[in-house]
Amino acid sequence: MIWQALGLGLGYNATLVTLGAAGLGFAAGVTGAFLVLRGRALLGDAIGHATLPGLAAAFLVMVALGLDGRALPGLMLGAAASAALGAWAVDRLARLTRLPEDAAIGAVLSAFFGAGVVLLTVVQALPTGRAAGLESMLLGATAGMLRNEALTIAAGAGVVTLAALALGRSMLWSAFDPAFARAAGLPVAGIDRAVTALAVAVTVIGLKIVGLVLIVALLIIPAAAARFWADRGGWLVAVAGAIGAAAGYVGAAISSTAPALPTGPIVVLVATAGFAVSMLAAPRRGMLARALRRGAEPAPRAAP
Amino acid sequence: MTAAGEFLGFTLVPMLIGTLAAVACAVPGVFLLLRREALLGDAISHAVLPGIVVAFLLTGRIATIPMLLGAAGAAVVAVLLIQFLIRAGRVEPGAAMGIVFTAMFAAGVLLLERSDTSGVHLDVEHALMGSLESLVWLEARGWSSLADPAALSGLPAELGRMALAAAAVALLAALAWRALVIATFDAGFAAVLGLPVAAIGLGLTLAAALAAVAAFDAVGSILVIAMFVCPPAAARLMTERLGPMLGWTLGFAVLAAVLGFVLAGYAPLWLGFPAALSAAGMIAVVSGAILGLAALVGPARRRAAA
Repeated sequence: MIWQALGLGLGYNATLVTLGAAGLGFAAGVTGAFLVLRGRALLGDAIGHATLPGLAAAFLVMVALGLDGRALPGLMLGAAASAALGAWAVDRLARLTRLPEDAAIGAVLSAFFGAGVVLLTVVQALPTGRAAGLESMLLGATAGMLRNEALTIAAGAGVVTLAALALGRSMLWSAFDPAFARAAGLPVAGIDRAVTALAVAVTVIGLKIVGLVLIVALLIIPAAAARFWADRGGWLVAVAGAIGAAAGYVGAAISSTAPALPTGPIVVLVATAGFAVSMLAAPRRGMLARALRRGAEPAPRAAP
Repeated sequence: MTAAGEFLGFTLVPMLIGTLAAVACAVPGVFLLLRREALLGDAISHAVLPGIVVAFLLTGRIATIPMLLGAAGAAVVAVLLIQFLIRAGRVEPGAAMGIVFTAMFAAGVLLLERSDTSGVHLDVEHALMGSLESLVWLEARGWSSLADPAALSGLPAELGRMALAAAAVALLAALAWRALVIATFDAGFAAVLGLPVAAIGLGLTLAAALAAVAAFDAVGSILVIAMFVCPPAAARLMTERLGPMLGWTLGFAVLAAVLGFVLAGYAPLWLGFPAALSAAGMIAVVSGAILGLAALVGPARRRAAA
């Protein structure tokens, strides 16, 4: 069954989800590479957790308007709005006060998630009380996904990937050499904001697949793994995208074979396995390669 | 049940547990913030999940001691793995932390989903959000219950455990105060003085892990993360000096716990909403609001000009 899943043989919806997860992984790997290169790896954690109040608020608004509270486009819109607000709050706290960015990230993450938990208790107390769709967004659940939901996700992943490729060159400059980028007239602060916006988009698209708690892993892990394979910018970003896509594809395929295999954790563990292999066995920068070099080093040094 | 008994059992006891958890996390949080390790609480409270699940699978029931041991073991593994990635893999610290805690949390969720935990109160939502409201003292009949050994034995075990954790953290901080301060502000000078800088850092990490593990079980990881970061961060914006900063931190932590608990329990009733809201979530929101206010008006909010 696992080979059937990897060969996209489990039906139209499972195929869409698997391809959508691969697209999501690629977009997350590329976006995450820019975040990690700029030393902002954990910003994704704040963005992910900050989607929860928006999700719950969007549910409440849609129910109040007499619509279906679980409609995915509305939920994604609400999630994007509160995630953007969270990213803005991190930026303000880190820039305008003396707090370091990690403290700003932790504060925004916990306060926003807390607000989301409070709103979830409001949702649960409603007579309609159909909040099951919201809880599945904590850790992702692709089982029983509707066709137009899968299409929305696949299309969103495609758009984010195209946007990342279009912005790629200027993002590369600002990531590797901010001083040069500024001198060349590139708006580095604006490019940082564009990367943040891409991270928000990846998070929102990934809600149904990876879930908001673990999406940060898909932003960080492929990029960190790619650093063992490449140091030149374009390659690093491409490798990160490829590792992310592979993790999304394999993870979603494995998860589609059994109901008790939640998609988000599986995708993250597949990506982690990729990271472990990269760290150990990558040529030149991997631990094995470096250990071998150290073993070979003393001989030439001993010569006068 | 009398009004006093209801207040004691359903308000004071859970509120006290929340307050003790807030204090136990906020004290190490002060030093973590100054050492730029503010997200360690976040990392630990996610990474303990597999330890708790493994302890449950080994013992087959929800038992406090094995689960605390499992959580503590997982916390130590997480800290060592993060250090390993930074040293041996040359991974950037933020990324190393992100990789380790998400991978361990994912493993914990997977273990939980694959094993049969139906029928026991162990699920991911509980781990994230806690259930402070359920830590009530049903035996409270009135103020006299405070002197009644039979009634006192019905106090939730979390109360004693959190009090112990808060006391242990406070005692450690008091004993190691001078060394902690010097090692935090000037690691080079501390090394010259012959202070074991690395051991102090590890000790702080372990104290934070102790607080996180004890509080995580009682109030959920979201409150743990909020209390590690928000009160110390708000306090940092109020003063330039460490002593007053600790005072502000304690004040903010207690204020957030009490105000958050009261708002969660009573604000919906004032607004005519039929159900209570999540206390842990509301405490996190209040602590964030305190930080927001401090960022707007705190006297030491700006970076020093130099």
